[in-house]
Amino acid sequence: MSLLFSYLFDAAHWSGPTGIPARIGEHLFYSVLALALGAVVAVPLGALIGHTRRGGFLVVGIANGMRALPELGLLTLLVLLMGIDLLPVTIALAVLAVPPLLAGTYSGVRNVDQGAVDAARGMGMREWQILFKVEIPNALPLILGGLRASALQVIATAAVAAYVSFGGLGRFLIDGLKSLDYSQMAAGAILVALLALAVEGLLALVQRAVVSPGLRGGGRRSPTAEITTPDSSPDSTDTTTATPEPAGATP
Amino acid sequence: MVWDWIPRNTALIWGALQVHVVLALIPVVAGLVLAVPLGWLASRNGAVRAVFIPAASVLYTIPSLAVFIVLPAILGTQILDPLNVVVALTIYTVALLVRSVADALAAVPALVVAAATAMGYKPGRRFVSVELPLAVPVLIAGLRVAAVSNISLVSVGALIGVGGLGQLFTEGYQRDFPTEIIVGIVLIVLLALVVDGLLVLAGRFITPWARVAA
Repeated sequence: MSLLFSYLFDAAHWSGPTGIPARIGEHLFYSVLALALGAVVAVPLGALIGHTRRGGFLVVGIANGMRALPELGLLTLLVLLMGIDLLPVTIALAVLAVPPLLAGTYSGVRNVDQGAVDAARGMGMREWQILFKVEIPNALPLILGGLRASALQVIATAAVAAYVSFGGLGRFLIDGLKSLDYSQMAAGAILVALLALAVEGLLALVQRAVVSPGLRGGGRRSPTAEITTPDSSPDSTDTTTATPEPAGATP
Repeated sequence: MVWDWIPRNTALIWGALQVHVVLALIPVVAGLVLAVPLGWLASRNGAVRAVFIPAASVLYTIPSLAVFIVLPAILGTQILDPLNVVVALTIYTVALLVRSVADALAAVPALVVAAATAMGYKPGRRFVSVELPLAVPVLIAGLRVAAVSNISLVSVGALIGVGGLGQLFTEGYQRDFPTEIIVGIVLIVLLALVVDGLLVLAGRFITPWARVAA
């Protein structure tokens, strides 16, 4: 068991450009790029399909199909075709971020209480106003749930970037394997897991902070929130369509 | 795409596919066998449920590559032993299914259970022939997610030298040969689709009453 921690607890490995903090920084950098790219694709698409209520089958198809795609194959193929560059790495990781974000955004917007949407329409709101002022704020818990699941997947998988000679925490896994240094591999594995859990916890806090109190079960509710959204509890997802993955296991 | 690479390497591809199927599907079966009794316990006992369900979702957040690497230290296996992959994927499958099983069993209508009891079913037989069959649709849904993600996850094992179709990725990358990688990706996606379809069919076959109702 001491083999598991000897590399991790050696002070020499905690500084410099190949030290643990630098590797964590790289790992987060690739992850944030991939999440941003994934969100730019998935959130507008999910919101559009959820708002128009047309093409829901597309969401299920895309989400399930992409889940079966093997990440390592995608990454190695893109790097061979596009060269060793940050772009193929970002695209390959963004592919993981899309399904949970797409499913979360779609089912969030889709399940907003129809009464609230009709009321907004009756008040003279235009379609884009309904989307931005009513549907998206109400869908926020599920959109952020999708973001959390995406972040978890991407961080867990960003380690494969090291295989195509990038940095990040995967470096410890790949280098450790090459030099048969088990404690170095273990350090990488433990750090990836801790980073994934830490980001997951952080995003859970962010979710608490930005979601309207009216949408939170239990907490203080303002009387107006009670009136405008009587039934749209964040958990009332349409389980027959697509719900975000229970987080994490598709590296 | 170098098409004639495929017929020249059928033995390599076929071997990798077989290893892949075994590594991906043993954990599904093992996970199912373990998850049913655990899920049953969780559906019966609130305290057990309060421990199992959160523990399962934490287990599910641990990256697979990390589990592949840490397991040898816990199991005493070699780092290249395929057993690490099998155990890791079994853990994921159990984590995913325990919740499905517990929810499905809890959703069996109390009246149905009471009727079975009144007809003289003893608890053991009632579980096997009444409660478990009614839980099948939810169980199949969980199995589909587990099988598809396992099939895709096994390929990550190639990074630590475990066989399967993932080896086509590492080998293709080292030889700068995209054809081999594309073959691997296509086979993994096809395998996932076939297994998913088979599970749907199996679910229909063992729940004939659902077909009658529909």
